[in-house]
Amino acid sequence: MADPKLAMSAPPPTLPSDPGDPVSEQSQPTAASINLSQTLREARTPAALVPIMDLQGVHVFYDDYEAVREVDLPIGRNEITALIGPSGCGKSTLLRCLNRMNDLVPGARVEGSITYHGVDLYGPDIDVIEVRRRVGMVFQKPNPFPKSIYDNIAYGPRVLGMKVDTDELVEEALTRAALWDEVKDKLKQSALALSGGQQQRLCIARCIAVQPDVILMDEPCASLDPIATTKIEDLMQELARDYTIVIVTHNMQQAARVSDRTAFFTAEVDDAGVRHGRLIEFDHTVKIFSNPEDPRTEDYISGKFG
Amino acid sequence: MALLAPPTNDTEIAARLSAGARERPLDRVFRYALLASLLIALAFILILLAFVLVKGWDRLDARLWQLQPSARFAEKSGAQSAILGTLWVMAGTAALAMPLGIAAAIYLEEYGNAKSRLFTIIEVNVQNLAAVPSIIYGILGLGLIARALGLGFTVATASITLALLILPVVIIASREAIRSVPQEIRFGSLALGATRWQTTWRQVLPAAIPGMATGSILALSRAIGEAAPLLLLGAVSFIRFNPDSFLSDYTTLPIQIYNWIRDPREEFQVLGAATIVVLLVLLLAMNSVAILIRNRFQKRW
Repeated sequence: MADPKLAMSAPPPTLPSDPGDPVSEQSQPTAASINLSQTLREARTPAALVPIMDLQGVHVFYDDYEAVREVDLPIGRNEITALIGPSGCGKSTLLRCLNRMNDLVPGARVEGSITYHGVDLYGPDIDVIEVRRRVGMVFQKPNPFPKSIYDNIAYGPRVLGMKVDTDELVEEALTRAALWDEVKDKLKQSALALSGGQQQRLCIARCIAVQPDVILMDEPCASLDPIATTKIEDLMQELARDYTIVIVTHNMQQAARVSDRTAFFTAEVDDAGVRHGRLIEFDHTVKIFSNPEDPRTEDYISGKFG
Repeated sequence: MALLAPPTNDTEIAARLSAGARERPLDRVFRYALLASLLIALAFILILLAFVLVKGWDRLDARLWQLQPSARFAEKSGAQSAILGTLWVMAGTAALAMPLGIAAAIYLEEYGNAKSRLFTIIEVNVQNLAAVPSIIYGILGLGLIARALGLGFTVATASITLALLILPVVIIASREAIRSVPQEIRFGSLALGATRWQTTWRQVLPAAIPGMATGSILALSRAIGEAAPLLLLGAVSFIRFNPDSFLSDYTTLPIQIYNWIRDPREEFQVLGAATIVVLLVLLLAMNSVAILIRNRFQKRW
């Protein structure tokens, strides 16, 4: 117990792996590499944005603190919208407002209008349960329930009282999340035994099992290794055929690789010295990464700050 | 700057690195101090156990649970009415305190607004109530439950009083257990469109069972050994029959032990020591159940 040799024999702490990309985030993305991956995405991007959600004049407060100020942002149907920006710019806060998960933060309040299928999400008659079912969410840290793989998927349909063949639904959800082949023989095993990447795909499967049409992803790859990240990114491309995806990411290469449009946020300091999250620029991802309008966007994506 | 120059003498570094595996003196002192604390606590329990075992050994037989107490003949005395009385009182206490305490804990953790003034008042009071001496609860039970509610000196009065006594502890333990369920689990459930109740019932409670059960059973263990409040609630009377309902007269093990130990006759004191062993066995059994439940249902995140 007191032998120092024992302490020496413990495995060395693993170095934190860069979650996103073999290329370190600090290195400047070369225009060529981004444009290459961009051209693939551009082919699928519809020219005109058909909004499924629309944010107008949105301010988000925590008690008296204004975390997000004056955001106008449309979310295009069946597109992947990336929200990028330095830490503390309010992008995760804004994301959580899109399915009213921010209600759970004490003191949180939203001003302005967030419409979804033309309905004001913060209107007085809104059924929050229905909002969260339609607008699903995947979290930064995979959060499977401490139950079997099967029960994780079946949980949503059960609590919502969906009248479906659960076996069939579980298979379909896992198949769409590109996880079925890996887990089909161990559906009754604990979800906590899966690897981090598998757990995150399970969470995506769990999310689509309640038939949402928008999926919010809050840094879904932040705790995953590069291989698992690639799988999630591929999966996002697949899902974008049927679903609208909004993703918050710190990894600019990831935003460039997967998204159709990118919204760049930053934290602005007002006259009183208080920081507020602001939307600086929103455009096609190609445009943001190759020829941004605003110098702050350019500084950020070229690695000059943030 | 020169102070922080990295060492360059390779042989010296190598020599120091392989100077031998040794524990630093303070580390050793600390380790033995901790061990000593543990041993002191353990020693007292062992001494107590040895004492009652030696003293009560001659009467540690089936008569203890087969016979009723007798005022005159120690050899014809047993503690059957007290054993069953204790089991009845505990059953009532558990049935009242656990659901109430867990429900209160759920409210405080999952529903209550932690920022409201009322919440803070309730929270502080629950904590203070846990520290109120049990004799005070006995007075409350006497005035309110036995007399005002007219339940008299019955099992029900004892159960309600002991339930009130351990309620704060059950609430605190259950809150702790509920709080240890990761927030991500709640968010995951709510984000799928589950209601707050569904989230609590299907995710939070199952995950919190081990902690809640352990805390509740340990609180019950405290109640089982209580004599003070029951002194005021009629358990002192000499009872030669078993309780058959919550409205029966009763006595309990700690009271029976108290009656025997203070008897000047040596045989009755021996009987008291033997009954202490019975009470300890009952306590150990309950604590073992708590440990079993914890190990059986424990979740790893």
